[in-house]
Amino acid sequence: MSKLRFYLPVLGFFFVAIALWRGLYLDTKTLPSMLIDKPMPNFELTSVDGIDVSNSDLPDQIFLLNVWGSYCLPCLIEHPTLMRLSEEGAIPVVGVNYRDRQGLAIDWLADNGNPFSFSILDESGRFGIDLGVYGAPETYLVDANGVIRFRHVSVLDETVWQEQFLPAIAELLEEGG
Amino acid sequence: MSSMAIPVNRNVLLALASVIVLLCSLLLPSTSYSQVDTFVFDTDEQQNRFRTLSNELRCPMCQNSSLSGSTGGVAEDLRREVHRMIMEGVSDSEIIQFMFERYGDFILFRPRLTAGTVLLWFGPLLFLFIGGLFAFGIWRRARKISDSDTELDKSQQKRLQQLLGDKT
Repeated sequence: MSKLRFYLPVLGFFFVAIALWRGLYLDTKTLPSMLIDKPMPNFELTSVDGIDVSNSDLPDQIFLLNVWGSYCLPCLIEHPTLMRLSEEGAIPVVGVNYRDRQGLAIDWLADNGNPFSFSILDESGRFGIDLGVYGAPETYLVDANGVIRFRHVSVLDETVWQEQFLPAIAELLEEGG
Repeated sequence: MSSMAIPVNRNVLLALASVIVLLCSLLLPSTSYSQVDTFVFDTDEQQNRFRTLSNELRCPMCQNSSLSGSTGGVAEDLRREVHRMIMEGVSDSEIIQFMFERYGDFILFRPRLTAGTVLLWFGPLLFLFIGGLFAFGIWRRARKISDSDTELDKSQQKRLQQLLGDKT
């Protein structure tokens, strides 16, 4: 009993120390998405190219939904990865041009290449709110049934692709049979 | 300055003082409603609801400010949505539900009580309870020591006398 008395403060100290130490490395910037396992929100908008697009235009297979903007510097960093994925036909990539101007978006795609099957034009950011977007770039993994299964906030580079997206896709393929 | 008395009209002094006070008040920071939005409301009640809601909701991007105090793009969009819904007659709880469905507990400065937020709500009480237990234990032990065991029984007295006797 007296031994416990002696060790209790020490144990308490280590408990608090470990909790605080973990707290130092907690990622408080990345919010969990509320839309995981929920269907893609409905949209009836135009694409950056001015064509009417809605949910029925989405691919019938697993695809990426990438939120981007011409003002967004990190989007330039992840752009080569998206270009590679689309050139290799690894996975269809649909864009959401978020809080941008149509003209700037068209110029940006002309300058940097267009990896997107199409880009949903969301100048007002209203569709972004339905998706729970809080800043470009964000990338969603959507399954063949149009259900959102995974979200990555910030740059999707080769490392993120290898370590997060490939395992998530493998899991989806497995459960799909 | 010279010690020569300058005839000054008292009214001029008063006017000067009030101008200075006025200028100083312009330097004071305005309240937390620092975002200059040009939202138009039909009633004061709608405007008050807007203020309350945009102070209760947290900006998802610029994490420690409310919607009302943030210049972030998302905050701007969300303020616009709050305004739109208020004008369409949507209730406060429905607006909060709308935000919750898209951005989760994070967007609420007062998160709802769920399994995940129980510790957040009652953690402080728990720590207060643990601290109280310790304080009670210390208090009880201190009382025990002061109340009893301070007097020696007969054999102890004898031994004490012996020891003292040995020394003298």
